[in-house]
Amino acid sequence: MFGPLVIKPSKSKGDKTGSWRVKLKPKFLQKNCIACKMCVLICPEGCIQGKEKNTYINNEDYCKGCGLCAQVCPKADIVMIEEGAEGEKK
Amino acid sequence: MKEFLEGSRAVAEIIKLCKPGVISAYPITPQTHIVEELAQMVADGELNAQFVNVESEHSAASVVLGAVATGVRVFTATSSQGLFYMGEVLYNISGLRLPLVMTCANRAVSSPINIWNDQQDSVSLRDSGWIQLYAENIQEAVDLHLVGYRLSEDKSIMLPVMVCMDGFILTHGMETVDIPQQEEVDKFLPGYQPLYKLDPAQPLTMGLLADPDYYLETRFAIQETFKDVLKMIPKINEEFKNHFGRDYKDGLVEEYFTRDAEKVIVAMGSVCGTIKEVVDAQRAKGKKVGLLKIISYRPFPYTRVYDVLKDVPRVAVLDKAVSPGAYAPLAIEVKATFFGKKKSPKVVSSFVAGLGGRDITLESVKEIFGKLTQKEVSSEFIDLKPELLKEEYGQ
Repeated sequence: MFGPLVIKPSKSKGDKTGSWRVKLKPKFLQKNCIACKMCVLICPEGCIQGKEKNTYINNEDYCKGCGLCAQVCPKADIVMIEEGAEGEKK
Repeated sequence: MKEFLEGSRAVAEIIKLCKPGVISAYPITPQTHIVEELAQMVADGELNAQFVNVESEHSAASVVLGAVATGVRVFTATSSQGLFYMGEVLYNISGLRLPLVMTCANRAVSSPINIWNDQQDSVSLRDSGWIQLYAENIQEAVDLHLVGYRLSEDKSIMLPVMVCMDGFILTHGMETVDIPQQEEVDKFLPGYQPLYKLDPAQPLTMGLLADPDYYLETRFAIQETFKDVLKMIPKINEEFKNHFGRDYKDGLVEEYFTRDAEKVIVAMGSVCGTIKEVVDAQRAKGKKVGLLKIISYRPFPYTRVYDVLKDVPRVAVLDKAVSPGAYAPLAIEVKATFFGKKKSPKVVSSFVAGLGGRDITLESVKEIFGKLTQKEVSSEFIDLKPELLKEEYGQ
């Protein structure tokens, strides 16, 4: 019997490291977004995607909740909320 | 072919016949002759292997880990402090499920520094995920290396094997040994066929981070595989008998006059030879004594030990190692064998002897049989010198 040890290439895409996220996660309000893409550029995980205004969203499978996107958004359209508390602002 | 050989030389001969591609080792008494012989064979062109000189055992183990990961059979050897120096790599090798055979020339551990034989070194690594097989004599040491490669490289096992032979006693002792022919070895042990290997043509990663979502299963898998090892060892020994004629039965334990015994000593390694002498002498006088030799310490053959000892009234376990603050390492396994079972010996007494190479004589063994009374003793040291003990430092 063997455990998960020897890994073929690109297998790590399957490892959802979002489980490392601790307390906070970003909530993309998608209200005043101007599609400046600052959040996309600053995300260390590269897990924010979007095209037109108000379409930007993070991928919770990988998001670590570091809060850089919320800090950099010029329209304050991203807020950090507590894990499991949908709709509540910090 | 039978030759009168030094133990280390005999091991080198069998390793040569197993055709490793890479050998890396750092010298440490009493393993030195093994690797010196192998280095000589490589230098003389007798063995087509790469001998990698390194500055430490940690590097030696790392070299063989890397080499076997690329799909080539490897070998290394060490003792005592060297075993500990490569300690973290050993857990890596078993964790990575890579096959390897390593000789541990059992030696006492520092401090104080002691180069003579006891089993503290390998026993201290009992949780490393390595299969541990203990040799009574040089012939067994030779045969266990050959069995070791077969066992280790089996695609359902893929776990490293530590062949433990008592330092000086077996490494520097001399015996008539039957070293097999290359053709017969090749039939028993084909070339290493890796399940997975590092290869730029087919890239893969070994030794990744495994977070809490993944790690548990790797340890469960090793635990389950050790159950398979218990079944595989007898199979391989059956094949070994057919190829080479020597019958180690199940290869897990050896029963010596245990069937109707009233007192049995359980032990591992070369001391079993001494115990057999005492058993023979006492049986000649009509005393019903016996020996249960443990060959496979990891995995521990609980079922076999239970079968052999369940009707024996008194059992003595002779340890050549200690687990300070707890039951001795072999004694605890023997005791655990009977817990919750219907039958068990009335007494399982634990004795410690031979640490730091203090000779276990025929008298020492007789003393153990003598001290195996209805009163159970725990970690009783044999041949202790009380005059060397001080209550306070400087007294």
